[in-house]
This record gives sequence, structure tokens and C-alpha cells, in this order.
Amino acid sequence: MEITALYYLLPALFMFCAGVYGFITRKNMIAMLISLELMLNGVDMNFVIFNRFLFPGSMEGMYFTLFAIGIAAAETAVAIAIIVNLFRSKGNVDVTGLNEMKF
Amino acid sequence: MESVGSIIMYAVVALTIVICSVLAVTTRKILRSATYLLFTLFATAAIYFMLDYEFLGGVQIAVYAGGIVVLFVFAILLTSRPGHDSEKLTSRSRRTGLVAAVATAIVCGWSLCSRSALMAGLPQMSNPDMKLIGARLLSSDAGGLLLPFEAVSVLLLACIIGAVVIGRRR
Repeated sequence: MEITALYYLLPALFMFCAGVYGFITRKNMIAMLISLELMLNGVDMNFVIFNRFLFPGSMEGMYFTLFAIGIAAAETAVAIAIIVNLFRSKGNVDVTGLNEMKF
Repeated sequence: MESVGSIIMYAVVALTIVICSVLAVTTRKILRSATYLLFTLFATAAIYFMLDYEFLGGVQIAVYAGGIVVLFVFAILLTSRPGHDSEKLTSRSRRTGLVAAVATAIVCGWSLCSRSALMAGLPQMSNPDMKLIGARLLSSDAGGLLLPFEAVSVLLLACIIGAVVIGRRR
């Protein structure tokens, strides 16, 4: 048995689909953020796998993933700050209760 | 032809990714969800190691598993009582989610499977060493990545300031 690119891509696809499911079904904002991280991680894996299998000499996919990880960290920090702030003013972090921009 | 050890290694990692990512979005305890996310991120780092991108695997563990998950755990403990179950899903939202996820899986999976002959075997590649990565990241020549590097550093600074300003108690 040879492990081709497909064997690496299918778990990444599965991770992305799990993220889609979680993002739609979850109501808690932090759980939605976790699903978002799953989706982002699946896409990062795709970049790395395509780079490794199609262009092994260059490192563009690796750098893209490197920057994506950095930006994901920044995005998560700001999103969690917003969520904590919402929790302070609303008392819960449920998306169904948040229907106005100015609280 | 791969050795038996690498096939077993691959199977363990792929199973971890599949099972833990499903559990992360279906478990009703949010802290467990963060823990399963941690396992998924570790398995992703293992995939990077298996593909010879060792620096990237290290970054994945340090930033994602070490930084982001800790941030998640802090936020969860701040905003919810421990042991609190999230409410049961309505069948409607579950159906919508399943339809979206399965449709994505079918479309992407079909297009991947129909083109997978393009990427037959794992080509030879030497592990990119630290010196090469750093020189490329900080060079301003053609193909150098100095500008995105500096842009990300400005972004991180803006993000630190933004998070402090937003999260500050007024």
C-alpha cells in the first residue's frame, strides 16, 4: 500500500466538514469559534499537502500556512476578547440572544 | 511502497483526526470540545512531521496547541459554569448542518478523487532547514517574504492593542 496525497487530503476534508457542521449547529459562540478553528486547520493542511506533493522544491504552501497560523492566533485573541466583553454585558454567550449591534 | 510502521503511524493519526474532529463538534460539554480540538491539532502537527515539514509542525504545536487552546480554555472557564451541558440540538439545525457538511464533503471529495491521479507518490524532498526558512522569510528579493512578515507583525501589534481595549473593564 502506498500513501498517496489523497490519504492525507481526505482527513483534512473530513475536518473541514466537521467544522462546517459545528459552525451551523452550535449556539455557543466559543463552540462556534472552535469549529472555525477546525475549518481553518483543515485548509492549512491542504496547503501543506499540495505543496509537498506537487511542488516539493518550493516552500510557498508552508509559508502560507505559517502566516495563516499567525493570523489565526490574532483572530482568536480578538474574537475571545469580544466574546468575554459580550458575556460581561449580556450574561451569556449564546448567539440566539444577540440580535442587536449596540448593547 | 511504504514501510509497515509508517502505515500504522498514518492510520493512527488519520483516525485521531477523524474521531476527535467529530467529537469536538458533537460533544455537549464545551470544555471537552476544546480538549478534542487540542487532540486534532496535535494530530495535524503529526501530519506535518510525517510530510517532513518539521518547523511547521513545531509552530503548529507551539502556537495552536500551546497558545490558542489555552486561550479557549480560559475563555470557557470565564464564560460558562464547569459541567454545564449545552442545550440539546433541535432537529432542524442538525439537519441543516448535516446537509451542509455532507454537500461539502461530496463536492470536494468527488473533485479530489477524480483528480488524485495527478499526485501519485510522495516525491523526494529534503527537510527545509531553519537557515533556509529564515533567510527566505526575511529577504526582500524576488520571492522573499519580508513584506508579509512585517505586515503580520503590525497585525499582531494591532491585535494586542485591540484585545486589550475590547476586553478592558470600563
